[in-house]
Amino acid sequence: MTVLDQPVWHPRTEPAPLLPDAEPYRVLGTPQARTLEPGLLTELYGRLVRGRRYNRQATALTKQGRLAVYPSSTGQEACQIAAALALRPQDWIFPSYRDTLAVVARGVDPVQVLTLLRGDWHSGYDSRACHVAPLSTPLATQLPHAVGLAHAARLQGDDVVALAMVGDGGTSEGDFHEALNFAAVWRAPVVFFVQNNGFAISVPLAKQTAAPSFAHKAVGYGMPGRLVDGNDAAAVHEVLTEAVRQAREGGGPTLVEAVTYRIEAHTNADDAGRYRDDAEVEAWRDRDPIALLEQELRARGLFDESLVSEVEDDAERMAADLRDRMNEDPALDPMDLFAHVYAEPTPQLREQAEMLRAELDAEAGS
Amino acid sequence: MTTALATARATARKPATMAQALNRALRDALADDPSVHLLGEDIGTLGGVFRITDGLAKEFGDSRCTDTPLAEAGILGTAVGMAMYGLRPVVEMQFDAFAYPAFEQLVSHVSRMRNRTRGELPLPLTIRVPYGGGIGGVEHHSDSSEAYYLHTPGLHVVTPATVADAYGLLRAAIASDDPVIFLEPKRLYWSKADWSPDAPDEVPGIGQAVVRRPGRSATLITYGPSVPVCLEAAEAAEADGWDLEVLDLRSLMPFDDETLTASVRRTGRAVVVHESAGFGGAGAEIAARVTERCFHHLEAPVLRVTGFDIPYPPPMLERHHLPSVDRILDAVARLQWDEGGA
Ligand SMILES: Cc1ncc(C[n+]2csc(CCOP(=O)(O)OP(=O)(O)O)c2C)c(N)n1
Repeated sequence: MTVLDQPVWHPRTEPAPLLPDAEPYRVLGTPQARTLEPGLLTELYGRLVRGRRYNRQATALTKQGRLAVYPSSTGQEACQIAAALALRPQDWIFPSYRDTLAVVARGVDPVQVLTLLRGDWHSGYDSRACHVAPLSTPLATQLPHAVGLAHAARLQGDDVVALAMVGDGGTSEGDFHEALNFAAVWRAPVVFFVQNNGFAISVPLAKQTAAPSFAHKAVGYGMPGRLVDGNDAAAVHEVLTEAVRQAREGGGPTLVEAVTYRIEAHTNADDAGRYRDDAEVEAWRDRDPIALLEQELRARGLFDESLVSEVEDDAERMAADLRDRMNEDPALDPMDLFAHVYAEPTPQLREQAEMLRAELDAEAGS
Repeated sequence: MTTALATARATARKPATMAQALNRALRDALADDPSVHLLGEDIGTLGGVFRITDGLAKEFGDSRCTDTPLAEAGILGTAVGMAMYGLRPVVEMQFDAFAYPAFEQLVSHVSRMRNRTRGELPLPLTIRVPYGGGIGGVEHHSDSSEAYYLHTPGLHVVTPATVADAYGLLRAAIASDDPVIFLEPKRLYWSKADWSPDAPDEVPGIGQAVVRRPGRSATLITYGPSVPVCLEAAEAAEADGWDLEVLDLRSLMPFDDETLTASVRRTGRAVVVHESAGFGGAGAEIAARVTERCFHHLEAPVLRVTGFDIPYPPPMLERHHLPSVDRILDAVARLQWDEGGA
């Protein structure tokens, strides 16, 4: 064999195009929408309304000093809810710091999701039990974890798909590249889900990437890239569900880019007026993900009084419960500082714990 | 108006924050030297999440104060290339823990380029890192990472504790022909002092410690965010009859053995205070140097008051982790005083 017999590049032979969407894929408002199950439409509607209410309640909690900070996903509810609904119980989700709604929609207790932002502990839910990795603040660093977990599951013969979430800004990190490459080389059952909401804090898309779309990036790794309207809940749901199915069936990873918009400031502490016009925000309200669902439900005669009141009652109940429970002071034990640093505390940590214990006793005594 | 009056007015000292002094230092550096370029996430239009670069993109243009893609390794790596071509980049890492993706560039290139190339390719670049806790920040927003940098030969590591030093040391860092890690104690960003942007106080160059409060009984050795805590402890200690000296190191590399040694030889006792983890921390190096140089002058072992050896805790528990006045006084009390106190 000569050196020339070694392939130095891989001609693609699969007929499926890696980049099928010329523009963001839509379902709502197209003839295809009429084929959607009424049950799916009403479920999406109810969950999006509930999600928006959650964002509003959490933001209110920052004003009352109950949360240190809150990054709202208002405007991105379709992405958040569809991400959770596309998965089966055994699948895993690797959320980024803004993805609280997806985690709640996955079934995690809304209060536990907020402990990170309340500040009583870092990750407040049982990741193993709910198959949700901790919310990742260091951007894009969770993406290789998703690949590793999905790979491990397949090595063990388990039917598990990992959904890895990242923002447009996070795609610029090296970890994004490495995760996609590993996933493609290993044909790992992973779905990468980029929510392109136009901004990374203040930095607009044009300063983040010169690619025609994030979906395009998939091609370079040898995986399909889908481009979807991130405010069209039915479209995101369909595309993610399809990508999960393909991963499950051994078809390898997919990169899904959802085009959406961050309606609120980066967090309650940010002043978006410094870097964008209100007019831009207003223009996006015309493509409000909840309104799009409502239009479809109306056109189908499914939007009635009973649906609205049921959905609203449900959202208010959730918000009231969240408010009540978040208004209770969390139980804090300073000695937790030393728990779980290692499987067994080191002698030094035991010493330091004793010192803190003595201080606390003295404080209590005085 | 006479010229003297005009000068007096222009140099009038007014309350200024450390953030304002840092902003002014960057502005003056950009104005004085066309090779200075700022790079970072959100530093342009927004002016940085802490507003340290506020107004600079507007005044000097996007190419002098650039919003980069969100990638710390990319920011530092491109800054290396810019410095190789003769520019003087000043990069901002948005928070302490978000500098970690740039670690490879820092350790493998920034710190050793001069050495590898026998001085042909020095890297005159400044890496600004808001660091430390005490601001109620959630996970990954409160790290003190100085020990990692200190243990990387080739890097200067500097941290200001006052408004005047913030300006002076940042100017010195940018002017330096070596790479400087410039650690900004974020909980001091809004601390204030009377200061004149038009006649900033003379600050000695990088590498000189300063006695912030003279005293006779013992030396509190500290830097950055712990300086005000030590000063407060020194005030409180007066009631117990201790006259504590507070030494602000300002620069951890280069390290000012001379000022430190002189102080401890005078007082005979020392406590090192910093908020990063104690084990393998800067305090270990400092205690060792003091012991090596002042052994025969010491009345007691050098003690350390530091953060615990744990990942930085969540905001609701951080007060238990940070060195407090009480913890410092407890350490002072353990410095083997004769019966009857100091
Ligand atoms: C590695 C890293 N660098 C910087 C930050 C600081 N930071 C937090 S959010 C953010 C912008 C994120 O933008 P994007 O990925 O588009 O997500 P979005 O906020 O739009 O949801 C930045 C720079 C971080 N969390 N992690």
